[in-house]
Amino acid sequence: MNKKDIILCRCEDVSLADVERLLHEGYHTYEEIKRQLRVGMGPCQGQICGDLIRREIARYLKENIESIPTHKTRPLTIGVKIKSIKDGADHER
Amino acid sequence: MRTTELLIIGGGPAGLMAAKTALEAGAQVTLIDRNNRLGGQLIKQTHKFFGSEKQYAKTRGLTIAEKLITDLEDYHDRLKICLNTTALGLYRDRVVTTVCNDTYDKIHPQAIIVATGAFEKCLAFENNDLPGIYGAGAVQTLMNLYGVLPGKEIVMVGSGNIGLIVSYQLIQAGVRVKAVLEAAPVIGGYKVHASKLRRLGVPILTSTTVQKAIGSLEIEKIVTVKLDSNWQAIEGSEAEIYVDALCVAVGLSPMHQLLSMADIQMCYVSELGGLVPHVSEDYETSLDSVFVAGDVTGVEEASSAIVEGAIAGLMAAKKMNHLHPEADRILCEYRTQLDNLRSGPCGCKIRNGLGKLKENQHVG
Repeated sequence: MNKKDIILCRCEDVSLADVERLLHEGYHTYEEIKRQLRVGMGPCQGQICGDLIRREIARYLKENIESIPTHKTRPLTIGVKIKSIKDGADHER
Repeated sequence: MRTTELLIIGGGPAGLMAAKTALEAGAQVTLIDRNNRLGGQLIKQTHKFFGSEKQYAKTRGLTIAEKLITDLEDYHDRLKICLNTTALGLYRDRVVTTVCNDTYDKIHPQAIIVATGAFEKCLAFENNDLPGIYGAGAVQTLMNLYGVLPGKEIVMVGSGNIGLIVSYQLIQAGVRVKAVLEAAPVIGGYKVHASKLRRLGVPILTSTTVQKAIGSLEIEKIVTVKLDSNWQAIEGSEAEIYVDALCVAVGLSPMHQLLSMADIQMCYVSELGGLVPHVSEDYETSLDSVFVAGDVTGVEEASSAIVEGAIAGLMAAKKMNHLHPEADRILCEYRTQLDNLRSGPCGCKIRNGLGKLKENQHVG
């Protein structure tokens, strides 16, 4: 099995091989892995890779996926031009 | 900052029905949807629904959407519909930020119903990023909305109702469905759908999954593998199938982002598809005056979403002192309908999931 060709995070092009390497190095939460690999920081904000990566963490730790913490979700849900936000703020003044 | 009494986020079956009951109760409603038309997933569902007449059985999904939208026409004086409008943020003071064609805006409603629906799950296998690999929703969008075929020869991964129904629609559109793969030892969806496919000669391979996609520029074939009772691949059981498209229908996960970012109490429940909010009987979340309905509360069928929407719409309106003239009667009716929809062996998973969620709520 070529784990480099199994894509877990499509937005940031992160493979199973990348994630397993970090698991071996002791990064055992989605948040830690996010800070190393940018998983969940692309356009979908972790909606696609969240479950896939937590499943790998669960498998590695031999735990149930439900016991693996989900990642912190923050605004905004999609990318927005800074100009749009600025114009919105100007409009409100 | 704009104001409104009730803001409904999402114009699918749950959001549309919520708008209807809230408007009937007398509320003023703003309905936003990120798409360029209302109806959510219903508009690509060309098949007729099952169930009871009350949830539009024997009616095609797109016709249900049309009906729900038409029902709102009487209320144009109290209803504002904003299409192409995406909710960006939900904050604890109930402010919602939105963007519409690059215009950023803020809305401060008295109550909110989050009816954002669900998102398709993906599968991890070798070369899962090759062109030609689609989610079932994407296939339905291409075929049923735009009249574009995803391929000529396809394999479906997942034998839930979506996988089975989309397989049938593919055949109707002239695509050859070479097999339906199911990782579990049993077929996930209704037997009627499975039998229909089998009569057309489509093999449904249980305890089988896709191990690998092969192709240089796009998918050319897949390798399937048998799974043992521990979901482990059985060595030597690999088989190749030539395809020019692969459709993945392995379930949906609730679009929880707006709820999660507002620190609403949530719980991960596999049976419900992922992260779902704790809700009261009235579908109110842990954040005052923020309600939910539809797949965002746990992935079910469109019929349940419609009923949940009706309840959430009534209760959100009630919170703002808009009492539906027949609130008690229809509320009772809707709750019974929900119980009926979740009864029987097919509702087992949902019942388990909801039980788990409730247990966690009491512990938490």
